[in-house]
Amino acid sequence: MLTMRFLKLIEGRGLVFLAVLTGLMLLVPIGNLAFPPGSPFHVSTGTVVLLGKYLTYAMLAVALDLAWGYCGILSLGHGAFFALGGYAMGMYLMRQIGTRGVYGHPVLPDFMVFLNYKELPMTWWGFDFFPYAMMMVLLAPGLLAFVFGWLAFRSRVTGVYLSIITQALTYALFLAFFRNDMGFGGNNGLTDFKDILGFNVQAQGTRVTLFVLTCLALMGTFIVARVIVSSTYGKVLIAIRDAESRTRFLGYRVEHYKLVVFVLSAMIAGVAGALYVPQVGIINPSEFSPANSIEAVVWVAVGGRGTLVGAALGAFVVNYMKTFFTTGWLASYWLFALGGLFVLVTLAMPKGILGLYDQLRGKFSKPATEPGREAA
Amino acid sequence: MTNMSFTRRGVLGAALGGAAVMASGVRPVFAQGAPIKVGILHSLSGTMAISETTLKDVMLMLIEQQNAKGGLLGRKLEAVVVDPASNWPLFAEKARELISQHKVSATFGCWTSVSRKSVLPVFKELNNILFYPVQYEGEESERNVFYTGAAPNQQAIPAVDYLMSKDGGEAKRWVLAGTDYVYPRTTNKILEAYLLAKGVAKEDIMINYTPFGHSDWQTIVSDIKKFGSAGKKTAVVSTINGDANVPFYKELGNQGIKATDIPVVAFSVGEEELAGIDTKPLVGHLAAWNYFQSVKNPVNEAFIKSWKAFKKNDKAVTNDPMEAHVIGFNMWVKAVEKVGTVDIDKVIDTLPGIEAPNLTGGVSKMLPNHHITKPVLIGEVRGDGQFDVVWQTKDLVPGDAWTDHLEGSKDLEADWVTLKCGNYNTKLKKCG
Amino acid sequence: MRILALLRGIGLALCLALVALPAAAQDARPLPDEIVTRFLADSFGDTEAAIGAVAASGAPQAADMLQALGDRRLFISASAKGLFYRDGAGKGFDARTGQPADVPADASAVRLNNRLRGVVQAALGTLTLLSPDPVQRLRAAESVFKSRDPAALPAIEQALARETNARIRNVFEEARAAIIIADTKAPEASRMAAASRIAETGDQDGLALLRQLSAQATGNLKSVIESSIQTIERRQQIRQAGQTVWFGISLGSVLLLAAIGLAITFGVMGVINMAHGEMVMIGAYVTFMTQEVFRARFPHLLDWSLPIAIPLAFIITGLVGVLIERGVIRFLYGRPLETLLATFGVSLILQQAVRSWFGPTNREVSAPSYMSGSFEFIGLQITYGRLWIVVFTLVVFFALLLLLKATPLGLQMRAVTQNRRMAASMGIRTRFVDAMTFGLGSGIAGIAGVALSQIDNVSPNLGQNYIIDSFMVVVFGGVGNLWGTLISAFTLGIANKLLEPFAGAVLGKIIILVLLILFIQKRPRGLFALKGRAVEQ
Repeated sequence: MLTMRFLKLIEGRGLVFLAVLTGLMLLVPIGNLAFPPGSPFHVSTGTVVLLGKYLTYAMLAVALDLAWGYCGILSLGHGAFFALGGYAMGMYLMRQIGTRGVYGHPVLPDFMVFLNYKELPMTWWGFDFFPYAMMMVLLAPGLLAFVFGWLAFRSRVTGVYLSIITQALTYALFLAFFRNDMGFGGNNGLTDFKDILGFNVQAQGTRVTLFVLTCLALMGTFIVARVIVSSTYGKVLIAIRDAESRTRFLGYRVEHYKLVVFVLSAMIAGVAGALYVPQVGIINPSEFSPANSIEAVVWVAVGGRGTLVGAALGAFVVNYMKTFFTTGWLASYWLFALGGLFVLVTLAMPKGILGLYDQLRGKFSKPATEPGREAA
Repeated sequence: MTNMSFTRRGVLGAALGGAAVMASGVRPVFAQGAPIKVGILHSLSGTMAISETTLKDVMLMLIEQQNAKGGLLGRKLEAVVVDPASNWPLFAEKARELISQHKVSATFGCWTSVSRKSVLPVFKELNNILFYPVQYEGEESERNVFYTGAAPNQQAIPAVDYLMSKDGGEAKRWVLAGTDYVYPRTTNKILEAYLLAKGVAKEDIMINYTPFGHSDWQTIVSDIKKFGSAGKKTAVVSTINGDANVPFYKELGNQGIKATDIPVVAFSVGEEELAGIDTKPLVGHLAAWNYFQSVKNPVNEAFIKSWKAFKKNDKAVTNDPMEAHVIGFNMWVKAVEKVGTVDIDKVIDTLPGIEAPNLTGGVSKMLPNHHITKPVLIGEVRGDGQFDVVWQTKDLVPGDAWTDHLEGSKDLEADWVTLKCGNYNTKLKKCG
Repeated sequence: MRILALLRGIGLALCLALVALPAAAQDARPLPDEIVTRFLADSFGDTEAAIGAVAASGAPQAADMLQALGDRRLFISASAKGLFYRDGAGKGFDARTGQPADVPADASAVRLNNRLRGVVQAALGTLTLLSPDPVQRLRAAESVFKSRDPAALPAIEQALARETNARIRNVFEEARAAIIIADTKAPEASRMAAASRIAETGDQDGLALLRQLSAQATGNLKSVIESSIQTIERRQQIRQAGQTVWFGISLGSVLLLAAIGLAITFGVMGVINMAHGEMVMIGAYVTFMTQEVFRARFPHLLDWSLPIAIPLAFIITGLVGVLIERGVIRFLYGRPLETLLATFGVSLILQQAVRSWFGPTNREVSAPSYMSGSFEFIGLQITYGRLWIVVFTLVVFFALLLLLKATPLGLQMRAVTQNRRMAASMGIRTRFVDAMTFGLGSGIAGIAGVALSQIDNVSPNLGQNYIIDSFMVVVFGGVGNLWGTLISAFTLGIANKLLEPFAGAVLGKIIILVLLILFIQKRPRGLFALKGRAVEQ
């Protein structure tokens, strides 16, 4: 009974998505650990790291799709939530370095030693304690989204205006984190991590574990998102997306609905960022750059907005393109390819890759997954 | 990677491998043996492309020249170019790709400190060699990295010494202006400590930081002017980075700050940057480097000539980080020839002690701390965008990884030959 | 007029006589060989000695030689063991004799450093105080003020006695006062008078001089100097406030210029045009190319390259804009958020295209003479470049306003953006108007690029630096309202500059952004919101 409900909830393409993720989660570690390099079944550690990175991006895309695709909140600042989660994790990892920094200081990270910090700033307190750091991974982006959303939705800032001020938000944070006086490592950010929970971050086992965790997190995110959008609450979200004023006149507290989904989406983005940092090995203010956030929006659009699966697919496709095009003689042309893709997708595939797929199969998706009208 | 061919990602992965084949296998095979691959890790797009693209080109030229000479160990050299797109995590990803997929024997790359910091763990984990060609803040010495750019003692301190000298104008009051990132922060910290030790009063030092790409310099330039009117000879030490320099110098010129009144000595402004500015109002402002295009000697002239021919542009300029790559590449070639293999560990162990001619007429040497010896030159901006060398150290200055002017690094020492350690604490007598 | 010419003639004669006076006896005699050998040694110490000797030699070509030295036009030739210089027009002279001569091929310019440059200026100052050219006199007086060489005092007195230009007179007086006050052997009373004289009109340089002296002075003199310092400081403080406001206006005009095109494409048409910055960049590159053509073909008309670049930039970027509109945007009307994605792609393509064609490095766009340097206006230092940009911005703004409000095309543009269907039924060719409107917005962005090429990098990244600020300006001012954009740009500019001295450049900008976010909560549609139902959906 429960299984049936679950299957219905997830839908066919969601099942394919979960199956693919499960396959990845099982096969990649086996390929990496069980088969020696040189074997045709070997998956190199580089590939594990790369796939892991894509998966965190996919998580960010799903989070963004939840807010944009289902509630019409086009945030051009989701990179900020991602980065905040990343910084929270990065701070934990920095504290784990302990005396192994180049100056051998027992408490202070290297950059603080050469900036003459005498003691740990208050913002860093508690980050050596893993549960606290994990709490901050959720709280920092969540709180920011709550305060920002509460202000913005209450005063009915919508559409383009909302997009622009979310951009202002991430831009302000971008500038702020660049400042060395903030005490977050400035432009160099946080790097040279050693261990996580006592395991060496560079060890094969740790990498594979992180990869599996990321797969699980993405699956979890997807299921939670599906549950939300299929619930009554989700239906109201879609109503808000399609006709905000009408929904309000029907008696719904629109701003509450928006706030909840926005905060949730920010928290998922934060978790994605937290998983991203130990795999990539660095977090720096450029993650806050407005262009990064726009790119995340583009992933969603490329894959197919309002489909969740499409968002993840878009993140994969665009980032794979980036990896592919930035090597060898293609390197000088990759911005053409990327830019061309964005133009092509918006013009020829307004519903993204998934939409195109549906069209090709000759069955149009249900109205609920259609990109709705926006404030024009 | 190929085990996943039944998934969509697997197809992508296979294509990824295909890209590697495509990038490597198109040219005819050289002499005997597979080509030796050299990674080039410089941004070709994004904000840093402005500085890094020429470094990619200079590497391509050096590799081409080496191949014309018969390659290395009888094998052809092959450049693997990747574009990390001024994106720091992408630097790490691309470094990993170069090493584990393309199996490069050495990599030449990075510009900003953060890009170096981002790839460091990768180079350590996969044990490969990085040649880093840009002047930087020091405070680092890694087994896998060879620093061919200037450490602070090879650029900042001699420049300040010059400004304090009679010829430099006997500056007594200092403005340390920089972009807010690690290199200027550290350099200014070192300089501040140095100036205080030289008896400069605290109130005679003004420190100012601006964000990357800062374009409105009106207030700051007028502040500098005001600070400079306290009756003491004032000089500006600029660690302003890249894009922000053009508007800064334009504002200096427009507000009429002449080099004879308040000279500005810059550490990040070379021929390449000046190519974008009308330098006539800036004549006399200074830059400290280890190389200038205007240096007259046969080696440099030959290099400039081949560079212009390679770029097919008679106006192409050369600059300091390019020279660093020239030195680094030649050192690597010599080390490989000496040890007769491209085996990473053997090359790393052989490099210290290797000597290669620099373009200013001397011979630079790789030191046990993985930095090199370089001359320090002070150049004055000319009206044509070049520099006149007005002062130069008599001997080559050895690069110092850990400055003596900062509390934390005073007792540290790097020596990869005898101590096998990048941060040996001489007080505690232990590594790290 | 004739009297003036006559006076000038007399002045010239007098001046020539004066300069020639000490040298009259040895007029044709060449410079001593020692000077030449010292220059040939090419060491800074020798060069310094040689400069002194040239200045003292009284040779008629001394001033020209020193001028040439300062401009890197004095050459040494090892093969000819000689010293040569070129005049401003490039004609060669043998420095030893002052006679026309060919400069040998191996000649290299005599090197200077900043200290020597100061020495040259001081020597030149004394030699050119009586020059017939007022610009040279002014420069001479300024360099005497800086060198404070007591030997120049008699020449200053002479020059002062004849000077008719009030501005130059003032500088002469200041220079004289500077010499006297710095001369420890001068009587105390005259030094005190000199201090008060400097306090009268002195600026930052005067302040520097007085501060330097107050450390050494004692007794009455010290107290006079201190009070003089206070006088100047008080004056400077008032100026400072004015200066900050001016900086703010100037920054505001840059913001306005960058945003004004966006106010059309985004504000009026509702296209979230992320490629706007690249239009600005293209405009800057058009300027660069125009200048290159002028440099190669008509070097004497280089100053005209900027005015000519303006229409060119407008047309070229306008055409690019029309192309983008026809090729991309027209399929996306009514879907503003999707225009964001498409134009973001366009912006990446344009950036890389420019990078491929022109290379990633900065391109040089030089400032025309009328945009170089600065002048003082009621004590404010105003740079010509910035002033022109402010003026230019306002001209563009009002021209655009006029176009929108007073021409048929403007009427049609407003009609189409307000109600496309109704406009179409009235017989307006909406597609044509769409293309024109987008072209107009892009063209104006191109014009902005011409002006911004004067203060910023001409590089493929140029546009990126302005796009976010531009959006903030338009949103803050209220989308669709040009006046709002104007007020918003200047408000943000001035607020930024007021904050900068306290908070620093970075924090200042962060504070502005946060205030902006909060402001939008208060007025979700900007300063000047369009009224009516149209805004609701």
